[in-house]
Amino acid sequence: MANNVTALLETLRETKVWKSIFRRGPANSNRTRSIAVFGNLFLHWMPVKVREKALHVRASYYLGSISFFLFLVLTVTGILLMFYYHPAAPNAYRDMKDLQFVVSNGVFLRNLHRLAAHLMVFMVFAHMFHVFYRGGYKPPHQFNWVVGVVLLLVTLFLSYTGYLLPWDQLAFWAVTVGTNIISAMPVIGDKVKFLLLGGHIVGENALLRFYVLHVVILPLVAFVLIGIHFWRVQKDGGLTVKDRDSHGR
Amino acid sequence: MEDKKIEAGFSSDAKKDPRRVVFVTKKVSAKVVGDRGPQLMTYPHLLLREAIVFEVLVIVMIVVALFWDAPLEQLANPLLTPNPAKAPWYFLGLQELLHFFPPFVAGILIPTLVVLALVVIPYFNVNVEGKPLWADRPAQNLRMVLISTIVLLFFLAFFDAWTILVPTAIVASILIFSYTARQQTSGWQSALAAKPFSWWVMTWFIAASVCLTVVGTFFRGPGWSWIWPWRTHVG
Repeated sequence: MANNVTALLETLRETKVWKSIFRRGPANSNRTRSIAVFGNLFLHWMPVKVREKALHVRASYYLGSISFFLFLVLTVTGILLMFYYHPAAPNAYRDMKDLQFVVSNGVFLRNLHRLAAHLMVFMVFAHMFHVFYRGGYKPPHQFNWVVGVVLLLVTLFLSYTGYLLPWDQLAFWAVTVGTNIISAMPVIGDKVKFLLLGGHIVGENALLRFYVLHVVILPLVAFVLIGIHFWRVQKDGGLTVKDRDSHGR
Repeated sequence: MEDKKIEAGFSSDAKKDPRRVVFVTKKVSAKVVGDRGPQLMTYPHLLLREAIVFEVLVIVMIVVALFWDAPLEQLANPLLTPNPAKAPWYFLGLQELLHFFPPFVAGILIPTLVVLALVVIPYFNVNVEGKPLWADRPAQNLRMVLISTIVLLFFLAFFDAWTILVPTAIVASILIFSYTARQQTSGWQSALAAKPFSWWVMTWFIAASVCLTVVGTFFRGPGWSWIWPWRTHVG
């Protein structure tokens, strides 16, 4: 059975249709394996070869990859949640109740989105600290470190703007506490708060603004910055690898 | 005049005509790529590992999401303030700071300084070189460390900010202890003594942030008073 599947896949890879889609035959030589990476839109920003040391688990603990995968999970679950959500008060709260009692697997969908959001904040922090302790900010990686710091802020804002959307007591007061801090900014504090909330208190306008920030503006900013961040990893010569990695520690 | 003319072309006698091929200064030395070591093809070696990480992550998350429900409280009510009103967990460190310092300092000044400090890390040579703190002029550095620690501790004590004071004091004592181990050549003490200045600052920052966040999340009750998380609310 397994042999049949393998044989079938091999025949499939030799067909005209397969080659027309992937622009190559089976990836069975280093040449075709290279084409598999740089001939693929979604992989072309990766190097064709990676250092063996950079693949060791302790080189990265895959913290950056995990952060990105969480971003993907959040995009998918977030889009699904958008089908059931109205950014208006108090409809938003009723939509939460609908997710709970009406929508099939609605609670599961929301659980997954929330879990991934908290995990992403945690993983981005962990990624930053790990990169720091490995000296990953050193030349020529300086600018990519700065992009990473901005991505941390974007992640925090994404999570924070999403926090308001259920429109329950938890959401309302968490955001009230947070936005009150903005007023402490000298001179422009109250103006910035007004801009963010669309009013002086957390109300329906604030909900709409946070929604637009959460589902359009911030994800787009994150998407572009993640692209730059990944591309720069390759352009700057790959992961920072320590000498001592080769002999055990 | 004839002998001063510069001749084009290569000389085969390197002893007679030494020529500088490349000049590596201290500043560019970090960029010089040495032996990159053995390499593997991205396809399949890296992509396979990434796929495994992704699958494990998704499986774990699905299992957790099946059993751990996202909280949903009552409908938002501007007239009913919960006590305490708490921000999301990653801002509770800041909220804990707000308890000690005026809003401008805790909410604006400190976060701005933290972000700026993070951004400029790679642009300071002291961080790039990463020399051990006790490598050059150890006595002078120790004096600086002692003075700034004492000033900082007094400052924090003045504001009763002991949730920062405790991690600061712990990290500072380990730092000062590492001074005594600077002559050692092996063991964890010598590894500690070999840490650069930036390592200590980052470790202090993480220790303080974790302490603030944990206290803000689990140990703060009504009116931001101290509570024990295992005690349920009595009245």
